[in-house]
Amino acid sequence: MKIIVTIKQVPEANKVAVNPKTGTLIREEVESILNPFCEYALDMAVNLKIQNPDLKVEIIVISMGPPQAKSALLRCLELGADKAYLFSDRAFAGSDVWATSLTLKEGILKKIGNFDLILAGKQAIDGDTAQVPAELAENLGIPHVYYGFDVEIVKKRINVKKETEKGYQVIEVRLPALVTISKGPSSIRRLPSMRDIIEARKKPIEIIDAKSLNMSEKRIGLNGSFTQVVKIFSPPIKEAGEIIDGNDSVNAAEKLFMFLKEKKIV
Amino acid sequence: MLQINVENCTGCKICEQACPYGAIIIDPETKKAKVLDNCTLCGSCINVCRYKALSIKRVMIPLENLKNFKGIIIWGELENKNGQLQFKKVVYELLGKALELNKEINEPISVVVLGPPRISALIDELFYYGADIVYLCEHELLQEFSNDGYTTVLTTIIIDKKPSIVLYGATIKGRELAPRIAARLNLGLTADCTGLSINKQKQLVQTRPAFGGNIMASILSPYTRPQMATVRPNTFSKIKLKQPKKCQIEKISVKLEKQSIRTKIIEEISSKTELINIEDADILISVGRGIGSKENIKLIYELAQELKGIVSSSRALVELGWTKHPIQVGQSGKTVSPQLYIALGISGAIQHLVGMQTSDIIVAINSDPEAPIFKVADFGIIGDLFEIIPQFLKLCRKNKESSL
Repeated sequence: MKIIVTIKQVPEANKVAVNPKTGTLIREEVESILNPFCEYALDMAVNLKIQNPDLKVEIIVISMGPPQAKSALLRCLELGADKAYLFSDRAFAGSDVWATSLTLKEGILKKIGNFDLILAGKQAIDGDTAQVPAELAENLGIPHVYYGFDVEIVKKRINVKKETEKGYQVIEVRLPALVTISKGPSSIRRLPSMRDIIEARKKPIEIIDAKSLNMSEKRIGLNGSFTQVVKIFSPPIKEAGEIIDGNDSVNAAEKLFMFLKEKKIV
Repeated sequence: MLQINVENCTGCKICEQACPYGAIIIDPETKKAKVLDNCTLCGSCINVCRYKALSIKRVMIPLENLKNFKGIIIWGELENKNGQLQFKKVVYELLGKALELNKEINEPISVVVLGPPRISALIDELFYYGADIVYLCEHELLQEFSNDGYTTVLTTIIIDKKPSIVLYGATIKGRELAPRIAARLNLGLTADCTGLSINKQKQLVQTRPAFGGNIMASILSPYTRPQMATVRPNTFSKIKLKQPKKCQIEKISVKLEKQSIRTKIIEEISSKTELINIEDADILISVGRGIGSKENIKLIYELAQELKGIVSSSRALVELGWTKHPIQVGQSGKTVSPQLYIALGISGAIQHLVGMQTSDIIVAINSDPEAPIFKVADFGIIGDLFEIIPQFLKLCRKNKESSL
């Protein structure tokens, strides 16, 4: 059984901000990390591999990004993936959701071929769009289930526990299918061992450019994107609030009461 | 690709600081800007360059070709509240926004309602909030939401009606449905918008937060119609009209086959205690690790009852098993934006802040003066919540008695 995990390397979100005075981005040594939700998806794949030894699960991680994204793929190999592909080319730059999903689709069809399951993180913490997985599923012509937190393989189908607004549903879907993962299986959270790290360096990471995917320039990168970012700016700054000392609890409670009264809440 | 006009570049390094990916540097030899391989063409550097040294070539297609598309369509998402179907609040909020956008484009506003047979009684309300037309599609197979079923029907309607704009609530369902439709129709789509406006070229300007709310981006879909966006709930206000609009209902009949819906709900578990979705609450009383023990959460419920609010929680308590995931606020939980958010014993890690910082009023009580939650609070108390809350409850009760 082939499980594909789509991953993204992201800058650590809390370190990116806009200087409200100059309108420029402040970047204090932004570190790139494997998007945490993608790591959950990978953990889910590893869990499935452990639980179903007879299925001979092969875990293939794929990503689209700059050459540096290789380090995120390497981490996946350390955490239990078997093989990795990085779709990387200057011509892919500027891809929006549509162009990204199209490139991933071509990559999967040309490099991997048949597969049984695609797992993706529920969203990336830099863009937060959560749109690429559904577009990828549609472009591949397979069904998708979002916000899964448990996946069980039952013959040619899977049962996915999916978060809903008030609890959860169990969704049955025939394979091949795509599932996005919102929470990892807690049993599997761990750091790679020295042995994992050494083993990972023997596993293959193949870097693939636009030419080998045989995609025309019009369909990739900025040219192939339907949306365009026209402006980036700082969110309106919130005025600093009133912070008081609560040692005198009666006084503090009174002040809170007055504050909420002013806002017509009490 | 990013083009650098070397003659204009002064080597001032502003672009270097502006790039979120570290993809542009000033070459130490030439003292001019240089693009690296990891440039994503996001455009952050172009806005900040004072010397017009940076540009990205973007192709535009003539606007005339897009003029055949007219009207705003809103997906009328239904929810089951205590056994009764009703529209989600965000549907009314989208109608409110559509009325506002219409001051610039003046096109009909319609709502698409999909559901099981005999739901037509629900739709009258929509005409009070700005709908001109309701497209109603009733079918047994639309009883339960499914990506396959809903995508099929909505795409059929969009192709037929040719709207210029389609809006969805950025709800759990909206966020998985909209991209499926966008991909099927080859359309641009912007996720989780917090701002929508119309520019001089009559394009929809879609503004959304990125990088956990630390930056905002305005996005256009210049080549594709309709322009599609999902919109964060609790962002826009609903507007009730004095006179309802003239009812115009168009029934849509579709052919749907059971086999074409590839997912099947085999079990549905709703947590009984938390029937109210925290995303819809006007007042949230949110509790974190500072509460100390599971038993102490009683105090929070007491406060919630007094303020007519709903209890929500930080991730820490969900992980301890003291609260349930459906009430978790933050990156791995829900994004909320109530009128009032009271954070009790929550330090405010960035993952929590991104889930609540757009709330109208934020109140925080925490014993740690360095807690990041105070940075977003409108009113904060550095102190012991177990002393302050009981005092506050006393005041509320006294106030009630005196006003009787």
